[in-house]
Amino acid sequence: MNGKLATRLALLLLIVIVFLGSLGLHRSGASRKDTITLAGSTSVMPFSEKLAEYFMVGNPKCAVDVQGGGSSAGVQAAMNKTVQIGMSSRKLRDDEKILKEIPICYDGISIIVHPGNPVRNITEDQVRQIYNGEIRNWKQLGWIDRAIDAVTREEGSGTRGAFEELVMKKEYIDDRIMVQDSNGSVKEVVATDPYAIGYVSLGMVDAKVKTLTIGGVAPTVTNIRQNRYHMVRPFLYLTLGDPQGTTKAFIDFVLSRDGQNILRREGLVPVRG
Amino acid sequence: MVKTFFSREQAIKLLLLLAAFSSLLFLFVIFIFILGEGLPLFYRVGLGNIILGFKWAPTKGSFGIFPMIVSSYMVTLGALLFGAPLALGCATYLAEYAGRKTKIFLKPALELLAGIPSVVYGFLGVIYIVPLIREHLGGPGFSILATSVVLGIMILPTIISISFDSLMSVPVTYREASVAMGATKWQTIQKVVLPAARSGILASFILGMGRAVGETMAVIMVAGNALKIPLSVLDPLRTLTSNIALELAYAAGDHRSGLFSTGVVLLIIIMILNFVANFWVKRRVAA
Amino acid sequence: MRLNPRWVDKLVRASLLFQAFFTVAILVAIVLIVFVRGIPHINAEFIFSYPEDMGRHGGIFPSIVGTVFLALLSIAFATPLGVGTAIFLTEYTKESTLTRVIRFGVESLAGIPSIIYGLFGFIFFVIKLKLGWSLISGTLTIMIMVLPTIIRTSEEAIKAVPRNLRMVSFSLGATKWETVTKVVLPSAASGILTGIMLSVGRAVSETAAVIFTMGSSLRLPTSLFDSGRTMAVHFYILAREGISMEKAYATALVLVVSILLINIAAYYTMNKMIAKYS
Repeated sequence: MNGKLATRLALLLLIVIVFLGSLGLHRSGASRKDTITLAGSTSVMPFSEKLAEYFMVGNPKCAVDVQGGGSSAGVQAAMNKTVQIGMSSRKLRDDEKILKEIPICYDGISIIVHPGNPVRNITEDQVRQIYNGEIRNWKQLGWIDRAIDAVTREEGSGTRGAFEELVMKKEYIDDRIMVQDSNGSVKEVVATDPYAIGYVSLGMVDAKVKTLTIGGVAPTVTNIRQNRYHMVRPFLYLTLGDPQGTTKAFIDFVLSRDGQNILRREGLVPVRG
Repeated sequence: MVKTFFSREQAIKLLLLLAAFSSLLFLFVIFIFILGEGLPLFYRVGLGNIILGFKWAPTKGSFGIFPMIVSSYMVTLGALLFGAPLALGCATYLAEYAGRKTKIFLKPALELLAGIPSVVYGFLGVIYIVPLIREHLGGPGFSILATSVVLGIMILPTIISISFDSLMSVPVTYREASVAMGATKWQTIQKVVLPAARSGILASFILGMGRAVGETMAVIMVAGNALKIPLSVLDPLRTLTSNIALELAYAAGDHRSGLFSTGVVLLIIIMILNFVANFWVKRRVAA
Repeated sequence: MRLNPRWVDKLVRASLLFQAFFTVAILVAIVLIVFVRGIPHINAEFIFSYPEDMGRHGGIFPSIVGTVFLALLSIAFATPLGVGTAIFLTEYTKESTLTRVIRFGVESLAGIPSIIYGLFGFIFFVIKLKLGWSLISGTLTIMIMVLPTIIRTSEEAIKAVPRNLRMVSFSLGATKWETVTKVVLPSAASGILTGIMLSVGRAVSETAAVIFTMGSSLRLPTSLFDSGRTMAVHFYILAREGISMEKAYATALVLVVSILLINIAAYYTMNKMIAKYS
């Protein structure tokens, strides 16, 4: 019994050590591939992921890793050189401007409601009043007598920051409004609750939800380009200093016609073309 | 030769002692870091402003978590209201009425089901319970009610398991004596068995509460996460746990400290619950 | 009017039966729903291919791998510490202040909710130790989480080993450590294994502690410092963002089935141990 147990334990230990050893050798996969990491805004993240997918197909020697964390975290990570590219969905503050800002596209913030909601248009003032708690009922917008289930993003979110800057101006978002922590989950709530309203990145809009026109202007790429739709924010790639090597290659790809077409297909407004 | 032999045994004992101390070490480090990140804010902003503050706007300097303390309390109570009677009834049936075969099959089956991840409960809650509440009772559906139901279901296996063990550990002689004096089964259970198992049953309730208070992912999915104190069971709410999980990934500086302060409060509440379950309940009932 | 106790008895029995039935029905319904809605979308491709388009299409292979790595590594680290602690508490000391303090530490660790582990793991492993969102951060965090379970079950298992076995071993001239490794541990093996399997189940179903330490990258983790998803995290993100109901149910099914199988194995081993000593 002793011999068997000891041998089994030793074998297990050996396997574990070999396993750990082989894993440890692969720190950052640096031996195999050129890896760059992007981190930051969760609004920019899915599009970076898509761009990364295409980029890696064309550049098999390179790996692009995309993380979230939020715009502020992305700014920090870029400044600390923890990542090669930081992603932000809001403009940089003055003390953050040591970073190089590379706009990769523009994104509209669109107000969404359930597809079955008959309301079609809303003014910017009304949006603000819904979110500061003054307008609470759909009958104030021409629909039935029923409370509005408003949804916002959480504090610290770049999308919320942009929304607060563009719509709320200096006012606070009311405490009774529900909070979800991603574009996807806001969209999901609005898609399933007939009385909900929310704001999401334009690139995230699909058939599950309906967009409202703001003061008669629809949130479309054309309207953004022609400056008619104003709830717009830039998606920024941030680097410390000029991008080099794989980083530069990736950013060049994103700004190339192919990259911009990918973004356009996703509902974003390209910076060129 | 003898000297080497003793040193080896002592060396082994030392190694094992170190292993045993690792638990204390980890506990210590966890407390140090959570308190280290969370306490300074209490000094800077003021204990009252945090614990009794009504406004949570951490990027603008407000760190009030009172509404969340109230909300955590309300859903935990709600979870107990839903789960405890059901669980106790189930445990009682299993312990007192069910045949041996049923016991052997059902108890492990129930404990297996306890292994279902909390995110699955939350998901099913969003798909089935939230719309149900919204359509038939009103409000957005994301509410105290939804959260209490989901949490109540989640703590069922915990309460059933421990209550069952408590009931089963009541000596058979108690029951026999009661029946011998002419009591019916229910009278026996009601007046003899349940009181005897009281400390374990109460402990199971408190442990269930602990589980409900500490639950995060399922709550985020069904609670709506609004910051205001909920005034009705149909209102959305945010618990201490959801607060941490919703904002942790993006938070920096004071915002992050605020989340750790939330963590400190949560930790204290749970430690108190655990303390009560482990010591007070058992000692008090014995007296 | 006094209610006839016999009638009350019958009523109560019926009500309790209903409660038991209802409870079991709820829990079984949960498993059934996941099963019925997930099974149509499970196939070899789902298990072995990579997720595409944020998980809308494709499979969950990287998260299966991530889950396995996380569970195995956490157990690999936690078991020596846990069993060592259990051996110390049962074999090498008598009940004293020392053991009470250590037990207090273990019980306290057991009571800490998973979000606090997530908070701690995030600030300590990810940020302060600069390990980043990675397999190693997740492993170390989960290791601490499952430690109490391993300690408790190992202790029970070791205590269940009859004293005379140890006596016989000593009388044959064995040292304490030899007795422990050659007599006690082998006998307690199935109990210890139960604890290990329960801990694996816990690691697999954890979400809050994992998402803030291991991250949520969609890539296949190939090194200790890679981020990755476990199935639970992947499921949570799919469900919360409404990315794909079908994939969500399918992931949930794989998750639930894995945990059920692990727990069944744990019970089977535990029963073997009980049978051995009763």
